[in-house]
Amino acid sequence: MKRPGRMPVSVALACLAALVIIGVAAFAPLLAPYDPTNLKSFNLIDAELPPRFSADGDPRFILGTDNQGRDLFSTMLYGARVSIAIGGGAVLVASTIGVLLGLLAGYLGGWVDALIMRVGDVILSLPTILLALLVAGIARVLFPAASGAEWAPVILIAAIAIHEWVQYARTVRAATMVESERDYVRAVKVIGLPAHRIMLRHILPNVMGPVLVIATINLAAAVLTEATLSFLGVGMPPTYPSLGTLIRIGNEFVFSGIWWIALFPALLLVVLVLAVNVVGDWLRDRFNPKLRGR
Amino acid sequence: MGDAAPVLAIRDLRIEYPLADGGAFVAVEGASLAIQPGEIHALVGESGAGKTTIGNAVLGLIEKPGRIAAGSILIDGKPFVSGDPNGEVRLGRDIGAVFQDPMTSLNPLFTVESQLVETILAHRPMGRRAARDRALELLRSVGIPEPERRLGAYPHQLSGGQRQRVVIAAALACQPRLLVADEPTTALDVSIQAQILDLLRDLADTQGIGILLVTHNMGVVAQIADRVTIMHRGAIVESGPTAQVLRQPQADYARALIAAVPRIDVRLDRFPMLDGVNHQKAARARGAFRGKLPGTVGESAPAGEPGAPLLEVRNLTVDYQAAGWLPGVARKGFRAVDDVSFSIMPGEVFGLVGESGCGKTTIANVVAGLRRPTGGTVRFRGAAIAGEGSAGWTVRSRRAIQMIFQDPYSSLNARMRVGSILSEPILFYRLAATRDEARRDVETLIEAVGMDADAAGRFPHAFSGGQRQRLSIARALGARPTLIVCDEPTSSLDVSIQAQILNLLKDLRDATGLTLLLISHDLAVVRQMCDRVAVMKSGKLVETAAAETLFTAPEHPYTRDLLALVPTLDHVRGEPR
Repeated sequence: MKRPGRMPVSVALACLAALVIIGVAAFAPLLAPYDPTNLKSFNLIDAELPPRFSADGDPRFILGTDNQGRDLFSTMLYGARVSIAIGGGAVLVASTIGVLLGLLAGYLGGWVDALIMRVGDVILSLPTILLALLVAGIARVLFPAASGAEWAPVILIAAIAIHEWVQYARTVRAATMVESERDYVRAVKVIGLPAHRIMLRHILPNVMGPVLVIATINLAAAVLTEATLSFLGVGMPPTYPSLGTLIRIGNEFVFSGIWWIALFPALLLVVLVLAVNVVGDWLRDRFNPKLRGR
Repeated sequence: MGDAAPVLAIRDLRIEYPLADGGAFVAVEGASLAIQPGEIHALVGESGAGKTTIGNAVLGLIEKPGRIAAGSILIDGKPFVSGDPNGEVRLGRDIGAVFQDPMTSLNPLFTVESQLVETILAHRPMGRRAARDRALELLRSVGIPEPERRLGAYPHQLSGGQRQRVVIAAALACQPRLLVADEPTTALDVSIQAQILDLLRDLADTQGIGILLVTHNMGVVAQIADRVTIMHRGAIVESGPTAQVLRQPQADYARALIAAVPRIDVRLDRFPMLDGVNHQKAARARGAFRGKLPGTVGESAPAGEPGAPLLEVRNLTVDYQAAGWLPGVARKGFRAVDDVSFSIMPGEVFGLVGESGCGKTTIANVVAGLRRPTGGTVRFRGAAIAGEGSAGWTVRSRRAIQMIFQDPYSSLNARMRVGSILSEPILFYRLAATRDEARRDVETLIEAVGMDADAAGRFPHAFSGGQRQRLSIARALGARPTLIVCDEPTSSLDVSIQAQILNLLKDLRDATGLTLLLISHDLAVVRQMCDRVAVMKSGKLVETAAAETLFTAPEHPYTRDLLALVPTLDHVRGEPR
């Protein structure tokens, strides 16, 4: 077994990669050479320039420009920021709701369990995209003021989370039902602790392992769902592109030999998702004291 | 049988498991033993002693990367090479195996007939019809009633004892010279255990099969073994004829082990033992805690007139209902506890005994508030806490009744430090004014159960089963209870650890005046611990009596049967009756 406390090289690299990407994304306004959200800072004449290192590259643009003449490197940094914020936000909201409902369903059982899980079944019977379109559409009708770009991330997070919480709830419910029958839970019931304290303090830490793993996998899925929604016109507007939006834009130009618009954002996305997955896996083993002692 | 070749000869066996650092963990070292035809040789020891490793080595079942590093195993004078289909000795033909759990040693998807016939055909070329006749003959020889009908049965349609008989029949399919039986009766109730032991003895006597019996139960050894070998930490400490080893053990460890076996014939004050616990420190800690026990924090002494019972169970009935297709719609269930009444006096140790499924654990759960009764009442200090006319649990009654569980590996939360686990009741009931005082209370508790206070900072996985059970007891004490329900507190522990835990419970009772409800299937444990005992059978109480009366002059025939069937050290095989 792995030695406690020591981090394998692969995990250290993944950790570094994830931190660098997240850090760079967070400080995009300070690091990016251009501001892709400022219409004055770019010119359509510069559109579709190849990266600096290729034969006819422009020294001003490290990774070339997109179809609107925006510096691709700067746009990617801003895009990663949007992607991570929406993906992370969706995972956070979905896992919080899912874990709490799963605990309630698994611990209380009876009609509470039946109600929560049947609602979950209904939600899972609708495709993610369809449900997200529905949520986004309804939100736009109900809050006309919220149709601006600044509200788009909130609507996207809600639209993705409303579908994803069911996975967490199902996993946590099953684990909670198993843990509730174990003697350490019966022991605290005999002590007389109230249900909320038993659920949150005693059962929750013992059912979090799979949640962490689902969360990392879902982070990738959420980023992709966001990209799809943007593609369909209900996600991030082209003025505030996410990595997914950029890949989609680039996809239209790949067959014209303009490969860089899709490739660089896609590479960044792959590295980000892979790094997060490796770190998540390691965290799962690390936070399990049963594995740690051996 | 002296000059016949031994069916099993083990010489200087050494089995090791390589470790990551290049060294090796030696599981068995320098073990030698021989089994003559018709002889039952018991291999006993506590967990980790290496007895099962030897059993597996004989069967060629040592798991990689473990290996036999030195020594030899000869079956009928011939070496056994596992995995060699043309070897001189073959598993299944020359060696039969019987394992602990009869439920998992049979494939649930096939009938008894197909499993037996398959085994027979694998080693003997014969027609299906002949193989079926042989299977029938085998079932008869292991004493299964209506063997014709049982051939078509699936494993789940048989009782535990019948399943183990089928496993033995399969092991005997090709008339092996040697049978390896690893804890063959541990999963069975005493009455069924007695039948299986009789069967094994009979097979050795009539068919001349040599049996290697791996077990932890000294009573079983005394009843059927001709010779016994005691192992400790991978080495043989003593070996010889059963009567000699059990009556005059020479090695220190053998003496301690045999002394730790609870006796059913006489009640001892404490188990004699060498256990390495600092008794003085533990006693001092118990003294320090006594002022806080039982229930003396900011409340008056137990209510009720003298002579009134502490706990009173009246006409208790519990039904289990299978879940229906809609919540709230229950299907017909079964009655686990049927009209049971008893009462426990303050300061008493009350025993509840019975075979598995008799409803004793259900009663424990009702008393501890983990399950609602279907009918009847449970009164604590005169106030109904569960069942008809109860006002429900009050904070006071909730705190006053605590519980100790059977499995020390699941009763402590693996993700919390021992200190946090133990401080949970203290903080919840505000039994300490400050966090600092709570921490000191936890340390006193840990010392009171005979451990070092620095255990508070560690996680449960750092401790052995016996230590975990001590911590579990400390947690129950933390609420400063009046009554502790002990549900099979020692049945998953080794016999020497069991003796320590039982001694500890007695010490605690003497130091604090606690009342104990002890649930057990082990009559000897109950004899050693209890003042009064109730015997249960199929959900009903058949007899309640003072312990001495019950064990010396049992009234109910079921109690008499139970007492007669328990294998004990009172009579050792080979001694004149």
